[in-house]
Amino acid sequence: MKTRVVADFSDLPIHGFRSASVTWWGTLAFMLIEAAGFALVIAVYLYLMNLAAIWPIDAPKPNLLPGTLVTVILLVSAIPNYLISRWAEREDLRKVRVGMVLMSVLGTVPLAVRAFEFPALNVNWDTNAYGSIVWALLGLHTAHLITDLVDTLVLAALMFTRKGNTSRRFGDVQDNAMYWNFVVVTWLPIYGCIYWIPRL
Amino acid sequence: MLAPAAVLMLAGCAGWQSVIDVQGASAISIKQLIILFVAVCSVVWAMVMAVLIRALWQEREERGRPADLDPQTERRMTRAVIAATAMTVVILTAFTTASFFTTRALSLANHDDLTIKVRGQQWWWSVEYLSPSEQRLQTANEIHIPVGRNVRLQLEGADVIHSFWVPNLAGKQDLIPGRPNTLTIRAERPGMYRGQCAEFCGLQHAHMAFFVIAEEPAAFERWVNSQQQSATDPSDADVIAGQQVFLSRPCAACHTIRGTSATGTTGPDLTHVGGRKYIAAGLLETTRGSLAAWIADPQALKPGNNMPMVPLNADELRSVSAYLASLK
Amino acid sequence: MNEAKPDTRDSELAPPALAAALAETWRTPAGLWGVLAAVDHKIIARRYIITAFVFLALGGVLALLMRLQLAQPEARVLSPDRYNQIFTMHGTNMMFLFAVPVLEAIGVYLVPLMVGTRNIAFPRLNAFSYWIFLAGGALLWIAFVLDMAPDVGWFAYVPLSGPQYGTGKRADVWAQMITFTEIAALAVAVEIVVTVLKQRAPGMSLDRIPLFVWSMLATSFVVIMAMPAVIFASTSLILDRLVGTHFFNPAEGGDVLLWQHLFWFFGHPEVYIIFLPAVGMVSAIVETFARRPVFGYLAMVMALIATSILAFGLWVHHMFVAGLPRLGQSFFTASSMSIAIPAGVQVFCWLATLWDGAPVFRTPLLFVIGFIVTFVIGGLTGVMVASVPFDTQVHDTYFVVAHFHYVLIGGAVFPLLGGIYYWFPKITGRMMSETLGKWAFWLIFVGFNLTFFPMHILGIAGMPRRIYTYQPDMPWYGLNMFVSISSLVLVAGFLVFFVDAIRSARVGASAAENPWDAPTLEWATTSPPPSYNFAQIPVVNGLSPLWDQPACLMVASGLRTDRRELIVSTVATAKPQVREASPRDSIWPFWAAVATSVMLIGSIFTPWAVVWGSVPVAVALIGWFWPKATPEDEL
Ligand code: HEA
Ligand code: HEA
Ligand code: HEC
Ligand code: CUA
Ligand SMILES: [Cu+2]
Repeated sequence: MKTRVVADFSDLPIHGFRSASVTWWGTLAFMLIEAAGFALVIAVYLYLMNLAAIWPIDAPKPNLLPGTLVTVILLVSAIPNYLISRWAEREDLRKVRVGMVLMSVLGTVPLAVRAFEFPALNVNWDTNAYGSIVWALLGLHTAHLITDLVDTLVLAALMFTRKGNTSRRFGDVQDNAMYWNFVVVTWLPIYGCIYWIPRL
Repeated sequence: MLAPAAVLMLAGCAGWQSVIDVQGASAISIKQLIILFVAVCSVVWAMVMAVLIRALWQEREERGRPADLDPQTERRMTRAVIAATAMTVVILTAFTTASFFTTRALSLANHDDLTIKVRGQQWWWSVEYLSPSEQRLQTANEIHIPVGRNVRLQLEGADVIHSFWVPNLAGKQDLIPGRPNTLTIRAERPGMYRGQCAEFCGLQHAHMAFFVIAEEPAAFERWVNSQQQSATDPSDADVIAGQQVFLSRPCAACHTIRGTSATGTTGPDLTHVGGRKYIAAGLLETTRGSLAAWIADPQALKPGNNMPMVPLNADELRSVSAYLASLK
Repeated sequence: MNEAKPDTRDSELAPPALAAALAETWRTPAGLWGVLAAVDHKIIARRYIITAFVFLALGGVLALLMRLQLAQPEARVLSPDRYNQIFTMHGTNMMFLFAVPVLEAIGVYLVPLMVGTRNIAFPRLNAFSYWIFLAGGALLWIAFVLDMAPDVGWFAYVPLSGPQYGTGKRADVWAQMITFTEIAALAVAVEIVVTVLKQRAPGMSLDRIPLFVWSMLATSFVVIMAMPAVIFASTSLILDRLVGTHFFNPAEGGDVLLWQHLFWFFGHPEVYIIFLPAVGMVSAIVETFARRPVFGYLAMVMALIATSILAFGLWVHHMFVAGLPRLGQSFFTASSMSIAIPAGVQVFCWLATLWDGAPVFRTPLLFVIGFIVTFVIGGLTGVMVASVPFDTQVHDTYFVVAHFHYVLIGGAVFPLLGGIYYWFPKITGRMMSETLGKWAFWLIFVGFNLTFFPMHILGIAGMPRRIYTYQPDMPWYGLNMFVSISSLVLVAGFLVFFVDAIRSARVGASAAENPWDAPTLEWATTSPPPSYNFAQIPVVNGLSPLWDQPACLMVASGLRTDRRELIVSTVATAKPQVREASPRDSIWPFWAAVATSVMLIGSIFTPWAVVWGSVPVAVALIGWFWPKATPEDEL
């Protein structure tokens, strides 16, 4: 087919941040999938609760301490997470490196506390449907914690190599920060479900 | 296509297990709804076809460049599409309303004359009459009801999900473990109506039929009275031998025959098995021969069902089937 | 920041040199390595389509076995156990391995071309998606050969599929196969959403997106919202079976109907996931062969969106006899009926297009006409079963079997076959035979109606579905025999189609760039398209670019030729934002798929497979995303 040139894009940048980057949209789409998943599991929780005569079924209420601790750590981690995203935008390599190390720590600590959360549920997954659904909720969120932690660790390592100092990597740092926010935000309704609904 | 379809429809649908040849209160009102829907939808389809044929076959001038559109034609077509959509909305509203009122009509008058518990299990039906009779009555795969009375069925799934369906009398209802359902039926005319499990329930889902027998109230009362009796003690020598076989073999561990020491509940209650029209959930008509065939090798006739083959010699087989056939 | 390296721009090269340079940059390596590492959306899509058609043929053979068994009462062709595996395999295979993948694959092929970009977004994810799909299909069919195929129906109701009654590993195979295909579908959905939102040719604002692309976008959103439900459902089923959770066990506070809610919350949208791409194809074909743009573009787009939203409000109509509260059921009757409105709007708009157009009766249009005739029947029976009282009589009978084959085959397979005839020249560079095409159409159309219309009557005559046989005293014998014989006509039609496709791919007449004089961008490049799709990115300023400017395509210049560059543009107006790099071929998606498959299949047998299996998965993913020293990765 004959063609006629009507525009020239030589001057376009070769990397875009946020909504100008496809990775950002991809991350968003995956967050939408996972949010749908979380919403659904919470719906199942409420569904089973509605069916049960008493809730929790045959089990003491979960202990508040470890879960609340995780909540606090996650909320605190949102602050450096916000900062690191800004540093990445400014492509400040030194600060981003420090921030990534900090975020690696702030990703590991809640995971360690999480290990105490499971026993604090006071019920096993195979005790009854209540046990099954709270383990599922907690397990699902833990899987997200682990995924993001691995991502953070790899990215942190990458930032210390020669390949770290590119716009593309800084974009990755931002996307990673966005995903961490998602992990924090989705925890709040799950926390409410697991620990506070049985206390209502 | 419509005319032959209609003929086929009428020809193919008479008789047993038909949605169209209806004798029960709810099935009758559903049939009217079905006719309404099918008629209206046939007209809708015919209209769409008419427009399609006209669109494909009309004479027309050459179109200019494909992208050029005539604003006047576009406006006319917009009006036509809006009108058709409006008509669709009207028809759908009518359908929704009609089906709503039919649903309301289906919940028959709120008093029930009789309550029967039906438990579906892989792959037969246990039937227990709860009220009004003081003495409970237990049978299987065959439900007798009085004509013109509301009969309330309590439907329970014993193992997996089954579905209770006698199309000539009423629509279906599932039997779900952990979630009892109820269904009220009323037969308007005496007769024998075939039903069949309608939810896939494993290997022998295909052979999980049952019968509803609607009788005049007097006949029904007689049936109830006879069913409440224990099994009559045999007098014939052959039959006595059959009873011995039955009670001494594993049979008694799974089946109940009231009035004997057989009190198993894994299989159907056999107290009056000889009086039932069919055995093994509609598989065979009840005769001495079919009973013998069944007992000789249930797995060949209904592969996978939960009754094992109990090895019996020819004499034992003959006498035990004679005994069971005698249990009217 | 790095120094900008000297680079080559397309504006500096004459057309042949440009083509050579782009071909070098975008080429997929030869040999086995190239096969495993390819990320070209066209290569992946072609594989996907061929694999899915193989599954169609296999599923069709299963259907024939069922028809053989059902032709006569108390036939002994198949044992009940085999029959149950076969109908389960047939339904599962047709839905999860044929219908959904084939339609998504056509989207993977066409969407980047139609929006005028050079590759799909996340091409490596695309490659991964294919391998995962293949592994899921292989899992199901290998299990079938080993007599371990699921036997619980394509919606695997508990408790029949639960730990107590579903013994062996059969139900686990089913549940895990679901996870495979859903991961694959989700990956494709994400790619398509991002491709459509962010990689459209400059100037292709929202109101200039071809209807097929709109339908793929709508479908992808439905996939994203619906698939998590079935993934959670099948995972909790496996957990119930493997580690003793009690999600579906009423004795311990679980619930049997919870399964049905979860499954149909996905399962109903699933049928629109199949249907929506098909209507997109219908729009494309109608437009080209009626020789005018589809009437009512805006109404069509709104109908697609309305269908996708309403699709989530209907699931209970599959559970009308489960004993849910009556008020709730009436609501679902109303919502199910209301989905007929967007469906009607689309039918009316196609009719209007044909009415005002000048139809050219080539094979693709024939299939579309066949689609309108049969889909409307299927849609109308859908409206019938949407009525609660009506449904209590025909639910789980052959009436429903007839309904869904009318909408699935009439509503989706007919457009698909039309679409294959239509796009075959673009995909292979060769035309299919018009003569064989007409034969295929008539055999399939007549065979289809003769096979499936009588099933309505069988349902009304009380024949339940999923029975491996029926007794001689039931009045179903004649019609069943008739149906079975008619299905041979249908199969003959499919055989003609297969023969035509295979033959034409080798020796068909070679196709021009735009053999049908169609209006959309995929026809603005050679047939088949080069690896880079377009030598220069098209610029769009109308809904039908090739009709608006038939003589000459408007393009943009200034992209680099030494790295894989494409244009990222804004969501609403498609203003160019970035010259983005598109990833190169990579072996890692293949390894990631292998690792994921090992983990998922292992988890059928032991929960520890998830723990140990996640290590290789993580390794593969790190390899996948680790930056390489390629021009795509600079800056
Ligand atoms: C491509 C797939 C597809 C499509 C498009 C549809 C479309 C529809 N389906 Fe169907 N359906 C299935 C696939 C599909 N279905 C499958 C696979 C099952 C069975 C699953 C199983 O059990 O195995 C099923 C089962 C099923 C049931 C459950 C039945 C049961 O199990 O008892 C119901 C109930 O409401 C239903 C309803 C509808 C409705 C209302 C539509 C509507 O979208 C139809 C709308 C279209 C039209 C109405 C025609 C065009 C409109 C006009 C020409 C306007 C004029 C119309 C009027 C005035 C009415 N479907
Ligand atoms: C898109 C989906 C799709 C398609 C295309 C089909 C196609 C067909 N189906 Fe399918 N069917 C379903 C989806 C589909 N079905 C589903 C979801 C169920 C429910 C399952 C369940 O209950 O769980 C079902 C159930 C179902 C039943 C009910 C079983 C039962 O309840 O017991 C029957 C019975 O007749 C049937 C028949 C057929 C027939 C005759 C075809 C024919 O159209 C097939 C035509 C033949 C071919 C397409 C093959 C042609 C090719 C060859 C012969 C080989 C050539 C090979 C090469 C060249 C390599 N189907
Ligand atoms: C392990 C349990 C078991 C044993 C032992 C057993 N049965 Fe059964 N029986 C069943 C079950 C279960 C059915 C229902 C089968 C079906 O229809 O699917 C049945 C059905 C029957 C029926 C048909 C009843 C009806 O109304 O449909 C007869 C008659 C019968 N058994 C007789 C016998 C005799 C005689 C023996 C001993 C030789 C015997 N059974 C041993 C479990 C058993
Ligand atoms: Cu019981 Cu089907
Ligand atoms: Cu549906």
